Amino acid sequence: MSTPALWLTIVGAGAVTFALRLSFIALLGRMEIPLMLGRVLLFVPAAVLKAVVVPLLLYENGALEASLSNERLLAGLAAALIAWRTRSVLFTLGGAWRRSGRCRP
Amino acid sequence: MGGTRFASKSGKRSHPRRTARSREAGCSRKSRSHEPLLKEKIRPGSIAYDLDGAIEEELRTASPAAAFISGANAIVPVLLALLPFGLAFGATAAGAAQLAAVQLIAAGASVAVVVLTVLVINLRMTLYSASLAPHFRRLPVGWKCLLSYHLTDQAYAATITRFDGGEVEERDKRWYFLGVGLAVWLTWQAATMLGVFLGAWASEGWSLDFVLPLTFIALALPAIKDCMAGAAALSAGVAAVFAASLPLNLGLITAALVGVLGGLVAESVIQSRRG
Repeated sequence: MSTPALWLTIVGAGAVTFALRLSFIALLGRMEIPLMLGRVLLFVPAAVLKAVVVPLLLYENGALEASLSNERLLAGLAAALIAWRTRSVLFTLGGAWRRSGRCRP
Repeated sequence: MGGTRFASKSGKRSHPRRTARSREAGCSRKSRSHEPLLKEKIRPGSIAYDLDGAIEEELRTASPAAAFISGANAIVPVLLALLPFGLAFGATAAGAAQLAAVQLIAAGASVAVVVLTVLVINLRMTLYSASLAPHFRRLPVGWKCLLSYHLTDQAYAATITRFDGGEVEERDKRWYFLGVGLAVWLTWQAATMLGVFLGAWASEGWSLDFVLPLTFIALALPAIKDCMAGAAALSAGVAAVFAASLPLNLGLITAALVGVLGGLVAESVIQSRRG
């Protein structure tokens, strides 16, 4: 790829990503949000964040690895438990770190 | 019971959408309101209890600076956790879109193909945008652009639960989000720089993809605050396992949409059971 084309790609990719981020924030003006939409939106955080996390925990190098030898999964489960009990980011990360540190050679 | 509940409710900042929801369906009215949720889960006297109190205190901010700082504070534990892997951050584990773009460029793809691929991979940003939009809708256009620029996975995960839970004052939201966003941005820039210069050395040890899910769990678990959100999370998680083989990160957005659908189904089931 030539240098101008490379720059065009970088600027284009940046612009496209920014447009995606701005999309609904810009569209949803001062009007009232329809009740139905408000209800849908309340489920987005729980749904999308789990959709991000679960494959990261269960897949290793593109293969499903749903067993107790998957230390990433174990650390993730430990993190979930600590996060649920303490609701503290610091404790969760520290605890999961220790948990997985123990099973690492 | 009704009297005291009401008194405690009116004392809090109420969240219009939440009120609409609890009036409509009210899966568990008790866990819908924020304060009992925290106090019930954490025993008084424990360290977590004190820490929680400190966070609550910190969130009652009035000035932009205070909101900005508490936003930055909220993300600092995550950034600290990511820091040891920051070098890998820049060198190897850049965003999924960046990785794909680099591969495509190396393979000689055209500008249009690369840009379109980035578009599809980052489609989840529209979900983040939609989810945050109600909280930013009164802001001037300049602010909307500024905050949108800082909308990342981490910034979204760190702010949305507190925004939806009504924990941050309406006028403080912009500064809170900016505090989170700038902290993430600075870390990302610094890590990328370091990764460029020290790349080879950084790939030793733990990979970022080990820590990244942990930070998401730490930030995102509070989003599951009742059984309907639980149904949404569960169906998204199950769908994510099956959809993970879809190309271009499309499994992620598919799973997220399935999750939202699952939440709506759970809501209507609960609604009909209550009559």
